[in-house]
Amino acid sequence: MTDQTTLTLPVATAALADKPQSVWQLRWRRLSRNRVAMLGGVVLVLLALFAACAPLYEQLMGVNVNDTNLLNRFAPPSAQHILGTDEAGRDVLARLMYGGRISLLVGLFGAVSAAMVGTLIGLIAGYYRGRTESVLMRITDGVISLPILPLLIVFAAIDLQKLGFSEEFVRSSAANFYRIVFIIALVEWTTVARLVRASTLSLMTREFVLAARTQGASARHILSVHILPNTTSPIIVALSLAVGQIILLESTLSFLGLGIQPPTPSWGNMLNNAQELISRAPELAFYPGFLIFITVIAVNFLGDGLQDAFDPRAEAN
Amino acid sequence: MLRFITSRLLQSAIVLLVMSFIIYGLIGLMPGDPIDIMVNSNPGYTAQDVARLRAQYGLDQPLLTRYWNWLQAAAVLDFGYSRTYSQPVLMVLVPALVQTGKLVGLSFIVFTALSLTLGVIAALTKGSVLDRLINLLAFAGISVPVFFLALMLIYLFAVRLGWLPASGMFTIGGYGSLGDSAKYYVLPVLTLTAAFVGRFTRFTRASMVEVLRMDYIRTARAKGAGKLRVVFKHALRNALIPVVTVLALSFGALLGGALITETMFAQRGMGKLIFDAIMGNDFNLALMGLLFATTATLVSNLVADIAYAWLDPRISLS
Repeated sequence: MTDQTTLTLPVATAALADKPQSVWQLRWRRLSRNRVAMLGGVVLVLLALFAACAPLYEQLMGVNVNDTNLLNRFAPPSAQHILGTDEAGRDVLARLMYGGRISLLVGLFGAVSAAMVGTLIGLIAGYYRGRTESVLMRITDGVISLPILPLLIVFAAIDLQKLGFSEEFVRSSAANFYRIVFIIALVEWTTVARLVRASTLSLMTREFVLAARTQGASARHILSVHILPNTTSPIIVALSLAVGQIILLESTLSFLGLGIQPPTPSWGNMLNNAQELISRAPELAFYPGFLIFITVIAVNFLGDGLQDAFDPRAEAN
Repeated sequence: MLRFITSRLLQSAIVLLVMSFIIYGLIGLMPGDPIDIMVNSNPGYTAQDVARLRAQYGLDQPLLTRYWNWLQAAAVLDFGYSRTYSQPVLMVLVPALVQTGKLVGLSFIVFTALSLTLGVIAALTKGSVLDRLINLLAFAGISVPVFFLALMLIYLFAVRLGWLPASGMFTIGGYGSLGDSAKYYVLPVLTLTAAFVGRFTRFTRASMVEVLRMDYIRTARAKGAGKLRVVFKHALRNALIPVVTVLALSFGALLGGALITETMFAQRGMGKLIFDAIMGNDFNLALMGLLFATTATLVSNLVADIAYAWLDPRISLS
């Protein structure tokens, strides 16, 4: 053993001690080094806790989110109402906490349903090619290019009773919630569909898929076992970037009076009357708007970090 | 080229036709019904009157027949009357279209200039404090709800400082003066600009960073081209190709932004008109407003495709 080898040995053992890492471990390492993205993640966890603690806060302070008190409108912050009361004498902080549940849940459910629709369409288009693909992709392009907000307003305004739903169901807050999620899924699936189609197309030419096909595997088997698990990265990235858009859409529709209906609070509908009240109680407009802003920017920072961490070009080196 | 444009025009026409049917169907599902509204405003109607009115307006027909009748009338530019304005729909829509054109056009110029400048600066100073600052501002712009931004601008500039009017289109009595109506455009244009500048700054930066890595940039530098020449002549021209496309494709989103901005600032443009028509059961107006918006978006998409081919000689449309 010469001096030279002993000199290089520590380097070699260090490299060996570096255990082989899975793609996910590498991605996590890249993400955790991105301080802005991690900050976004932490802020989101805090916001989720804030929203989750709503009933606890109600119990602790002896307030109820929907209790109005016309003798105590626009009350300044006090021991009982930490952020004061709104134009109907309701506790502002309690409403902000419950409103956060709506925004975060709509963001999550909306993104997941949009991803499911998009994945299905992308898989079918990428697998079957030909006419099916061109029709599906034309529809995707069509939806992308439409003036989304005006059309969503029509969707939000339609009377579900005319579609045969019972009046009781239409008036329930659950129907209100699912309707928003449905409307959002209707327009937000396009990015996922395009990404999934693109990766399906490239996966279909890979040897392991060809091997499965020559052995006579069914379309369902190939799609669910070989293709879908390999398209998770684009789906996750598209999802994380869609959540911010979805939260903004929900708040906009609710602000216009077409989303989540009062008395159920949402950050968007808390701003319903804000314009008339802006000179009298600007803080009532500021709190919910600022929370929407913080949530969306946190989601976007995290999404941007995920995109970088999942970038195959970064994976190569 | 001509063949490409013809085929795309045909495609757009088909999309428009499909959309007109979907929107027609959706409008029919909105709460209320034109006859109910008439009956509510005139309690003297009997059941026979209602039935007669339904037959007269063709509302007793199935959806497809009604749509077909509407389409035949629309083909000769008869779009019906607006219920709330008691005027032919076109008479209401055209001035609104002009109004929105001004707002969107002005904002478009401002945010395009701003985002190109900021994006190029960020790309050239990649990794610096300035780049990070621009990036942070861009993220803030993408993440802020347009209506909240408008509210805060109204609060700051109209309520607290009193520099600018909170809403409206002109001071009563001051109609026609350019300086007066300009005041009413500042906040709406600022709102719409802020809502879009972030997105395009990030896009310009990404595109510029990509291009600056290219071999032909290194070649240009190696051959001794000046820094400015490399940036503007070699890099920016190529970096702009995807940016122009995305700008033209964003027209639909821009209309959505205009809808909120016009509603917040009480400007009688397309967006506010569509919103008010939907909320006020003005079926004919809502239908045509939505179709106008769709047509405008489709046209801008077509422009995007043509611009793409025109800017990038590598792409052949035939």
